[in-house]
Amino acid sequence: MDAFLPLLTIFMLAVFVGFEIITKVPPLLHTPLMSGSNAISGITIIGALLSVASPNRATMVLGFLALVIATINVVGGFLVTHRMLDMFRKKD
Amino acid sequence: MDTAINLVYLAASALFILGIRGLTHPRTAVRGNLMGATGMLLAVAATLLDRQVFGAGPQGLAVILAGVALGGAVGATLALRIAMTAMPEMVALLNAFGGGASALVAGAVLVSAVEPSAQTTVATVASGLIGSVTFWGSLVAFDKLRGLLLPDAPVVFPGQQVLNGVIALVALGLGAMVVAEPGTVAFYAGLVAVGSLLGVLLTISIGGADMPVAIALLNSYSGLAAASTGFVLSNDILIITGSLVGASGIILTRIMCKAMNRSLVNVLVGAIAEGGGSKSDADAVYAGRVKSTSAEEVAMLFDGARRTVIVPGYGLAVSQAQHQVRDLANLLESRGVEVEYAIHPVAGRMSGHMNVLLAEADVDYDKLKEMDAVNPSFEQTDVSLVIGANDIVNPDARTDPQSPIAGMPILDVDQSRTVVVIKRSLSPGFAGIPNPLFSADNTLMFFGDGKQAVLDLIAAVKES
Repeated sequence: MDAFLPLLTIFMLAVFVGFEIITKVPPLLHTPLMSGSNAISGITIIGALLSVASPNRATMVLGFLALVIATINVVGGFLVTHRMLDMFRKKD
Repeated sequence: MDTAINLVYLAASALFILGIRGLTHPRTAVRGNLMGATGMLLAVAATLLDRQVFGAGPQGLAVILAGVALGGAVGATLALRIAMTAMPEMVALLNAFGGGASALVAGAVLVSAVEPSAQTTVATVASGLIGSVTFWGSLVAFDKLRGLLLPDAPVVFPGQQVLNGVIALVALGLGAMVVAEPGTVAFYAGLVAVGSLLGVLLTISIGGADMPVAIALLNSYSGLAAASTGFVLSNDILIITGSLVGASGIILTRIMCKAMNRSLVNVLVGAIAEGGGSKSDADAVYAGRVKSTSAEEVAMLFDGARRTVIVPGYGLAVSQAQHQVRDLANLLESRGVEVEYAIHPVAGRMSGHMNVLLAEADVDYDKLKEMDAVNPSFEQTDVSLVIGANDIVNPDARTDPQSPIAGMPILDVDQSRTVVVIKRSLSPGFAGIPNPLFSADNTLMFFGDGKQAVLDLIAAVKES
């Protein structure tokens, strides 16, 4: 329980940071924002990696499933966001 | 070693925040996305050096490689193949996977946990519930957007809210059992099953028109699920990233609701289907007053025009007319007509979707104007060209307090000198109401498929 308060503090501060920067994203880029934020929420991949390495068979299997779909999010999310943003570049 | 890994996580968190900040301007956006990707690479690399992961030996590494290769191949194929018009579906899928991964990781931790702390079990319940709601809710949203199994209209039945409430209570009860007896895995499995059912029921009642809200909200949920998983693992980077995404989704949800002048509750229960207030009769609005036009007539209008505003709607995405629209705009500009695009916040089925489609067609983003910026200029606009949009240009929102869309901010195209509406028929839009714009004195209806109609216009303008 000792670790809980610091974690809660981090959570709260990150929510504030999130509100501050995301309100500045123009509607022009809202679609790439959503795909890009999905890519970074693929950070669950870390939890999946830790679970896959577990000696417990059930943990490993669940971790493997999580690893596959989290990787889809990471790779698919960053790639499709890049594809979109690349189109917003000025051609000169 | 653990300190080093945590320092890398900290650096990755900073890169995520800087990456999102890059998205505040199109010039810095590509770099921002690359920063985020770099952060992710660092975080994954550091995790591979973790004692537990590294200690799993070559066999463990082989399983990891297999999982990453499989997920990477599916993700890359999806990302490279998906059409820009299908971007709402893509985001719905990504939301689903994000929620699903969180619920799975929480479950994976729970099954091998020895006397887990209250923080771990409570966070596991949150992650499992939010994750499963997000996974199935997003799949329903995906299905609705694709038009596969479920109808576009909200699926509502008597007692639905009561049923949802009861199911939510059952979920909370199962959650309490997980906290009380973390050793009994069946409680967690039950929680995920009930959460899945809840995800489906909560999303089928949301209509196609409200998908921009649903997608943004599910985006937020997937972030909250990731943050919960962070509490399960006592891992800072998951908490930071999850809360960033959660905040992002909430902000977008609020913007979408405002753009439709609807409350979130109203969207969630699919209330527009019942249509509050008086629905004006289509015949009374249109009878004998709709003027149909031809490509040649519109070309003549453009001939004398100084300023044109193009208003794209969902119909543009459906007929994939963005490239043809760009050609028409270029042609008009070469003849000295000023052309701009007016983008309503909920045009299409996702915030910012029209911008992406037009950017795909190489339209300069400086020409894409937001509603508040463009509205004052309609009075000085000679021709407004509405392509496949309906409710977002319905003047009833401004004038008829009884209308179901009363108070929704709209694009004031009716104030331009002439309005040309390209549309297949007089069928109503998402709100299911007739649009007096179509029978206004200064409106001409150009009936037909969006792409073909624009091609005809291009040919006619070239001939004139």
